[in-house]
Amino acid sequence: MEAIRVAQLTKRYGDVLAVDAIDFTAPVGATIGLLGGNGAGKTTTIAMLLGLLVPTSGSIVVLGHDMARDRFAALARMNFSSPYVSLPSRLTVAQNLRVYGHLYGVAGIDARIDELAAELDLVDFLHRPAGQLSAGQKTRVALAKALINRPELLLLDEPTASLDPDTGDMVRGWLERYRAASGCTIVLASHNMAEVERLCTDVLMLKKGRIVDRGSPNDLLTRYGRDDMEEVFLDIARDRRREPTP
Amino acid sequence: MRGSFRRVWGLMYRHLALYKGSWPRLLELAYWPILNMCIWGFTATFLTARLGDTAAVAGGALLGGMLLWEVTLRSQMGMSISFLEELWSRNLGHIFVSPLRPTELVAALIGMSVIRMLIGLVPAILLAWYFYAYNLFALGPILILFFANLMIMGWWVALGVVSLILRHGSGAEPLAWGVLFGLAPFSAVFYPVSVLPTVLQPIALALPAAHVFEGMRGILLDGVIHWDHLLAAIGLNAFWMAAAILLFARQFHQARIRGALLSIGE
Repeated sequence: MEAIRVAQLTKRYGDVLAVDAIDFTAPVGATIGLLGGNGAGKTTTIAMLLGLLVPTSGSIVVLGHDMARDRFAALARMNFSSPYVSLPSRLTVAQNLRVYGHLYGVAGIDARIDELAAELDLVDFLHRPAGQLSAGQKTRVALAKALINRPELLLLDEPTASLDPDTGDMVRGWLERYRAASGCTIVLASHNMAEVERLCTDVLMLKKGRIVDRGSPNDLLTRYGRDDMEEVFLDIARDRRREPTP
Repeated sequence: MRGSFRRVWGLMYRHLALYKGSWPRLLELAYWPILNMCIWGFTATFLTARLGDTAAVAGGALLGGMLLWEVTLRSQMGMSISFLEELWSRNLGHIFVSPLRPTELVAALIGMSVIRMLIGLVPAILLAWYFYAYNLFALGPILILFFANLMIMGWWVALGVVSLILRHGSGAEPLAWGVLFGLAPFSAVFYPVSVLPTVLQPIALALPAAHVFEGMRGILLDGVIHWDHLLAAIGLNAFWMAAAILLFARQFHQARIRGALLSIGE
């Protein structure tokens, strides 16, 4: 069963081809990593998956809903987190989560907020304005917002950017547990190769808007004869791809 | 329907929580209407003292005009600034990837516009009654229609401003404060449309506010309700609101094509 089916997805801005006829599917429960350098098309792809951006051509089906015709039905079952999109800084953490609880139609909002506060260790600053939090605390709050509706599909744009190693590890551990417990599908754009190796079941390597390679982290490591994903990333980014090993 | 109501309430709650924690914001809502009311109220008092009964009637028209114009102004600013609050807090990305429909976004902005307008205007109306014995409600039940028409005009102007912000980003922000001041001379707030040069009168007559204020003066000066003006105001509001909704829908779709919903305001 597929959580995402993308076919010939293309986005063009004038003369710039940001995403060039990509195809992929994400099985339910998978964690798909979108990898690529700056301008490779990762954020554009995520924006199209979220319905924020209308594709130039191609189709996206999310959780059985065609995003061109029925995106709001899909949006209610998915969520998104990015360090580059803020929550209102003058509202407290609890108020922010309550706003999104209403927007996503969450039943028993207060109980859900308490649950997330306990799981993500937000209790100490639940009633503090979001703007007064540290980067690590903000990331955990953003994650709590992304999980408020128990999403079946979670899109994460660099979820551990600017986090210290300890907090980053905590977030990754939490994502692993959430996926195992909920069966949620995750799409992850990241520049952190260790994170990709740890979390992703499949990786799509993007370059200049095209998928230039794909496979599980282990497959890619074997195929490129490398010990870590960082080297695989550099091989692809610098066009020093090796011949696939038989 | 219940889901839709919850989403609208969710966005309104976001703004109400902001006001709950900030008395300067609440004070700012009432500050300008009260200040305007004081200036025009003392002017009317002075004119009445110097020129007698005729000036008293004119003074009443001035105060009534000022208070009713504030309905349009505060409705428009309430809606536009609520949208800008989302833009300033870089929260639009989260909102637009939630199941909140664009129509629900507009409904929430309208809800906030009504609340902000009432917080701003009720103290000014009460103070006008206390300081100058000026009772706006003496206009009678017709006042409800005046209020409704002026509020609706505020909404479609605000929807136009929001559309321009979607199109041009933060460069269009100043319109949220200034656009109605540009329409004020044509809205016949303090003088009849006939005072305007002939060439400008069609512009005034295309605005619902001009018909409302002609109606208000008809009651205050002649004791007559001009239903033709009211019907014109209702018809024009329907036309302009439909045009503003189409413009908003188009600009929202264009913003989704351009990818502006994430980068807007940056």
